[in-house]
Formats: sequence, C-alpha cells, structure tokens
Amino acid sequence: MTSAIRLSGVSRHYGAVKAVDNIDLDIAEGEFFAMLGPSGSGKTTTLRLIAGFERPTVGEIQIYGEVAQGIPPYKRPVNTVFQDYALFPHLNVRDNVAYGLMVAGVAKYARHKSADDALEMVALGAYGNRSPSELSGGQRQRVALARALVNKPKALLLDEPLGALDLKLREQMQEELKALQRSLGITFVFVTHDQGEALSMADRVAVFNEGRIVQIGTPEDIYYRPESPFVADFVGSSNVLPPRFVAPLIGRQVYGSLRPEAVYLADQGHPAQVTSVSFLGTATRVSITVGDVAMTMLLPKGAAIPKAGDTVQVNWDDADLHLMAAP
Amino acid sequence: MHSDRAPLGLKVAAGLGLAFMHLPILLIFVYAFTTEDKSYQWPPPGFTLKWFAVTWERTDVWEAMGLSLKVASISTVIALILGTLCAAAVSRTKFFGREAISLLVILPIALPGIITGISLRSAFNLADIPFSFWTIVLGHATFCVVVVYNNAVARFRRVSGSLVEASMDLGANSFQTFRYVILPNISTALLAGGMLAFALSFDEVIVTTFTAGQQQTLPIWMLEELVRPRQRPVTNVVAMIVVIVTFLPILGAYYLTRGTDTVAGQGK
Amino acid sequence: MSTLSGMLTRISDTLWRKPNLLILLLILPPALWLGIIYLGSLFALLAQSFFSIDEFSGVIKYELTLKTYGELFRPSNFDIIVRTVVMAIAVTIGAAIIGFPVAYFAARYARGKWKALFYLGVMMPLWSSYLVKVYSWKLILAKEGILNWMFETLRLGWLLDAYLSIPIIGGNSLSVSATGTFLVFLYVWLPFMILPIQASLERVPHTMLEASGDLGARPYQTFRHVLLPLALPGVIAGSIFTFSLTLGDYIIPQIVGSSRRFIGQAVYAYQGTAGNIPLAAAFAVVPIILMALYLWIAKRQGAFDAL
Repeated sequence: MTSAIRLSGVSRHYGAVKAVDNIDLDIAEGEFFAMLGPSGSGKTTTLRLIAGFERPTVGEIQIYGEVAQGIPPYKRPVNTVFQDYALFPHLNVRDNVAYGLMVAGVAKYARHKSADDALEMVALGAYGNRSPSELSGGQRQRVALARALVNKPKALLLDEPLGALDLKLREQMQEELKALQRSLGITFVFVTHDQGEALSMADRVAVFNEGRIVQIGTPEDIYYRPESPFVADFVGSSNVLPPRFVAPLIGRQVYGSLRPEAVYLADQGHPAQVTSVSFLGTATRVSITVGDVAMTMLLPKGAAIPKAGDTVQVNWDDADLHLMAAP
Repeated sequence: MHSDRAPLGLKVAAGLGLAFMHLPILLIFVYAFTTEDKSYQWPPPGFTLKWFAVTWERTDVWEAMGLSLKVASISTVIALILGTLCAAAVSRTKFFGREAISLLVILPIALPGIITGISLRSAFNLADIPFSFWTIVLGHATFCVVVVYNNAVARFRRVSGSLVEASMDLGANSFQTFRYVILPNISTALLAGGMLAFALSFDEVIVTTFTAGQQQTLPIWMLEELVRPRQRPVTNVVAMIVVIVTFLPILGAYYLTRGTDTVAGQGK
Repeated sequence: MSTLSGMLTRISDTLWRKPNLLILLLILPPALWLGIIYLGSLFALLAQSFFSIDEFSGVIKYELTLKTYGELFRPSNFDIIVRTVVMAIAVTIGAAIIGFPVAYFAARYARGKWKALFYLGVMMPLWSSYLVKVYSWKLILAKEGILNWMFETLRLGWLLDAYLSIPIIGGNSLSVSATGTFLVFLYVWLPFMILPIQASLERVPHTMLEASGDLGARPYQTFRHVLLPLALPGVIAGSIFTFSLTLGDYIIPQIVGSSRRFIGQAVYAYQGTAGNIPLAAAFAVVPIILMALYLWIAKRQGAFDAL
C-alpha cells in the first residue's frame, strides 16, 4: 500500500491547550479512513492540518510523499467538504461547482460542462441554475461533494458531512458516499463523532481522545477488541469493568469490557439488581448493578424481561470478556 | 406579546415622537416657496418659484457645493480604503491590540466633533501646515473611516470563516479569493458604507470650521447665513436641496443592506 | 498575464506562510493614518493645554504649567462647564422619555411595511443635514414663526409669555431662551437615542416575554421587570451619544439661545478671535474627561453590548 497521507509526531497547540498532541498517522491510498472522537478530541483539527487551514506546532505532514510544510491549501492535492458546506452564497450551484476550475483558468464552456457532469453524478443535474439558498440540507451536501470532486483531488477530506442531516437521509448518504468512494477509488478521510457511521463506512478507524489517537484499527478491531476503557465506552457503549471486578474472575489486575449483548439472564451466575428497563423496539435495554458496578445488558426480542427492582442472576461467556492492557 | 395590539397611549406617544422628528424638516420645504424675504413669517403671505432661479444664479452657492462634493468624494475614497483594510484585519484573527484598533477607529466619532476639530487645528498650527483643500479632507476622512468600518466588519466576519477556507481549498490564492469570494460578498456593505460616509462628509460643519480656513463648503456657507442672514429665501432653497441630496444616499444605503444582519446607518 | 498571476501566487504563498505579515500589511495604513493624524492631533491638543498665554503680550509661552487649567475654575469659566453639563443631562433625559415609546413601538409592535417605515422614520432625521435641522428650528422659534403663531391663534399667548418670564429657562423670546436651545438639542440628537434602544429591545427574544406571561406576569409587570432592565443598556448607549454630542456642540447655542456660553462656544471663541489656544485646549479636555467618566460608568453597566 502506498501512503497517501502521513503525519509524524504532529502537534497543534494553542497556548497551553493541546488541540492535537503528538499524532502519528498513516493513511493508505484509496482507503476510506474515519477519524472518530467526541467533540474537542482533535479530529477536526487534524483534518484542518491536512487541508492546510492550520499549521502544526511541531511534526511533519506528508501528502503523497510530499512534505506539506509551507504549502498553502490552494496548492495541496486534497479537497474538503465542510461541515456547514460553505457554499458561496453569491454564486449559483453550477458556478459553485465550477469554482475550482475557474480559478485554475479552465475556459467557461469546459468548466460548466465538467460542473454539470459532477452535478449529474450526485443526482442534481437539473439544479445548476439554482441558488444554494434554495436547496435542502441534503442537496447542499451533494453540491459541496460535487464541488470538491470536480477538481479530481487525490484525497477528499470530509468534516462531519452528515452531521446536519436527519437520520433517514444520513443513512442513505452513508450508502452513497461509500459507493462513490469505491467507484472513484480515491482516498476519503472522514471526521465524525458518530461511532455507528465510522464503523459502518470506514476501512479503518482512528479513535481520538483529548488530542491523541487512542486506537487505530479496522471497525472489527475497534468494536470487539478495544484497547482502553475509553474506546470500549465510546465505541458502542461497552460495559467497562474495573480491575477490582476483573481480578477475582481471571486473576489479573486489568480492565475488562463486556458488550451489552453478551450479557444474558441465567439460572446460575452473578446476582444483579435491575435499576431500569427501556424498550428499544428490536431489543430491550436493562440497566443492572452487579456488586457495585453498573452495567447494561441488551435482551433480544422474545426474551423474558425483568422489572426494575428485581434481583436476577446474569452471566456471560468467558470469550466475550475482553481484557484491556491500557488503563 | 408581539401579537398583541399596541396600547393606544403607546401608539399616540410613538406617533407624536415621529411627528416631532419630521415636521421641522417638512417646514423647510414650505419656506423654500415663500414670497416673504425679510423675515420668517408664518403663515407665508404667498408662494413663488423665483428663489430657485435666484439660487441658480448664485456663484457662491455653486462654489461651496462644488467644494463640498469634491471633499466628500475624496474623503469617501480614502475612508473606503482605510475602513476596508481595518475591517479585514480586525475580522481575520484575534491579534494583539485588536481592541485598541477598534477603539481608535471609533474615537473620532465618539468624542465630540469640536475636539477632533480643535485637535487638528492645533496640530496644523504646531506643524505649520497652512489650511487647504487637503486639510479639510484629512479631517473628514478620519471620521468617515468608522462608517465604512462598521458596515464592513460584520460582513467580513461572516465571509472570513469557512467561505474563505473553501475558496483556498478549491485552489484560489489569496488574491483570487478576495476577488471572487470576499469582494462579491462585501460589496453592498462597502457601497452602503461609502454612501453614508459621503453623506456624513457632505454635511459636516463642526470639524470643518477648524480645518477649512477661508474656504467655504456648503455647510459652512449655510452656517454663515444662519449667523448673519443675507438673503433668507436663498438659504431656504439651499436647505431644501441639501435635505434632498442627503436623502438619496441614505435611502440607497438602506435598500442595499436591508434584510442583512447589520442595516447600514446605525453607527453614525 | 501569466507572469503577473505567477507573481501574485508567489506573493500569496508568502502571505500564507507569514499570516502575521498579512495582518500587519492590512492594519498598517489605517493605524498609521489614525495614529499619526488623529492621535497625534489629540496629543497636540493635550500639549497645548499645558502651555499658557502671556497676559500682556498675548503670546503663547511654551512651558509646561497647570496655570491654564486653573483658569477653568474661575467662576465665569466654571459656570460654563456647569451649564453645559446640566444641559447635557436635561437633553439626555428628555431624549430618553420621548425616544423610548418610539423605539418600543418600532421594536415590539411594528411589522412588515410599518417596520421599514419606522426604521426609515428614525434614520432619515438621523442622517439629514445637521445645519438644516438647526435652521428649521430657527424658523419655528422665530418671533413671527409658526410656534408663536400657533399660540396666538389658540389665544394662549399669555401662557407663553408667562413661561418666558421664568428666569434661567425663559428669555425675551423662545429663540433666545435656554428652552429654545434645549428643544433644538433634543430634536437634533433624538434619533441617536432611539436607535440603540430599539436595537436592545429587538434582541429580547419573544420567548422570554412569553415565558414571563406564562409565569403569571401581567403585561405591565413583564414590561417593568423583564423588558425595561433588558433595554437599559440600550438607553445608556443612547445616552452616551446625546451626552457627548451636547457637551461638544457649539453651533446650536450660538444660533438658538441666550448669550450665556457653553463649553463648545468657549473653545471656539478662545481659539479664534481671542487667540488663547491653551485655554481653548484646556476647555476641550473637559468633555474628554467627562466622557471618559461616563463611558467608564456605562461600561460597568454593560452598555457597549447594545452599540
């Protein structure tokens, strides 16, 4: 795999605030790479460092083998889809999409042709003469996508592009983005705080917390083999078990994580107190305390459902108890 | 609450307040046509158009008007350049001394005009600069900067975020970004600011009395007539013309910025 | 052409690499202009106020002294300061009383076409010629003018005469009385009071008023306990204008009013025919200090958010 984007020891500090703190990252060519984390975790700053809107305090960024230091955004072979789309309000949709070609000096007819093709690709062929203000959120998002892609970037950077859309549209756009990335074959770097989005779309995910990358891996790695309590908790809301809980079970002072769906009601096991029950449709979520540790369990449809206040016995398979070396 | 009808007392008070602000100006229009030329007699004994013809023949009025237009035009151009630069810098980043710069821009209009006037006068005096066209412009441009700045800075803030980044991201260098993204988005604000600066300069008298020496701008001409009336009807006609001339740019500026976050003119 | 655009790109690259250089280049021309011309002049003024004038020769002595400031406290000069400050306070209060209902109506009740009309209705007088506005009052207040005519027609001439016989605020006629000066000041600066009040009232979200009503407040209580405190910064912002503008004006009392001087007139007279620039400068420093005090108080009240 050739490296598309490589960050080595990159930090971005604002005074005492370490927005990005000593990050190493290697994104392969053609990869769909997600940067996942809560707000303020440094993922967007990292994207902006790659795009060139921010400068690293220390460290080196390489884009397709070229050191990005001192190269302004307009000379980098990457394009961005902004969170607020940043469509130019004074230009119509076609001129928005053709903007990159215009400043590159492409003649009017040719750039309008390319813009119309790009709009066709995102199913907005008939909207060229509209003003961005006349479009819905989903349509603006597609225009922003077409505007970036028409420049044939080597990598596309997407900053929470689906954040402003409603759930249904978001799911549809996830599919479309994934399909688009496959057909174009270019690198996508995708920032999101939605773990479901990151896991379902990305080839690899980097989980950010407090300016650092806490884990990089495939969605399966991240989901089933979290390396730290933070990842376990943030990605898919696993039950994080403290060492004092895990030690008596396996004899080692380490953190454990247990997925809610791995916990089941049993005749023999750990006594647990039911604190609340919520019906989710396809399953039922039951909050329990085992000893002094709060956990949630996810009971499939059709299972017997306890009531709040009940004392029950719960258990899990040893294989599902994932151990984490990192604190 | 806004769906309620306004109480009658409030309606009357608001209506009277507005009337208080407008009737005196309308009175000028009546006086421009009076046949009485020795006093301010009301009601006017008769109406005539002849004072318009008399005013038309007065070279001193034309000269004063010409000087005022020239001063206002050049002051506006200078204020546009300085105000835009200042707004661009202040809206761009939080740099050291940003607050100080904002204060410096607003000061010439926040302090009473007589202070600006006498300050310039003492400075010209100390530096041995003789009064000229340019001493008037120097003063006018100084207090016009704030009008342009106020109009431009809010618009700049809105543009300077992700729109500028998007433009750079799409391959436009700083100059292209200015030409194709910033300028189209701030142009109406600049035009409105320019019109207001023009109106402000065209009308200014307090600072001008300290910087003009023997030169007469139109307001200074009017001031002379107010203190030592020579031909009252001509003054009436000139006053009416001045009302109309300043009316147009204000209306223009209002319509240019209507419906945006900052409607022009609030920061005179 | 391509060499030009290549050069522009190179300049652009440099500016991108040194963002502080760009800010510096942007800020330098206006900062130099205002710093040299305006601050320089203010400094020149301040310097002059520390010089004094030789009483016999009338020549300015370029030695630092506080003697000129001492002259401000001579009774005749001190009266001028007190008179001006009292007038500024009166004008400010008058403008707030007349301006509030207009601003309140415009912000709360006027909609659509009426809103635009009210807005222009305040903007036009704000921006129309200062001298023309003053002139219109010379017409109104003249002995043969419309106001006297109205009093005569309504057979209320005796009332006006009785009012004018009151000392200090009265005089031979309205156009040479302190009341006349007050009316013109009020008229000319009123829009400066209305706009900030209106701006501060418009920032009060409707939901907040609805919440107050929902919690059981009657309209008057909502006005008194919610709207008025929120509009206060606007009133203070407006009062900064009316106060400052009245302090520094010298044309209105010269055209309409008695022969008793205001600060602005004193400044103008001393720098002009009297040639006593140090005393004029010292007089001009008075409004600066008063305004600095006023702004300091206003800032503590949070008035600047409404500007």
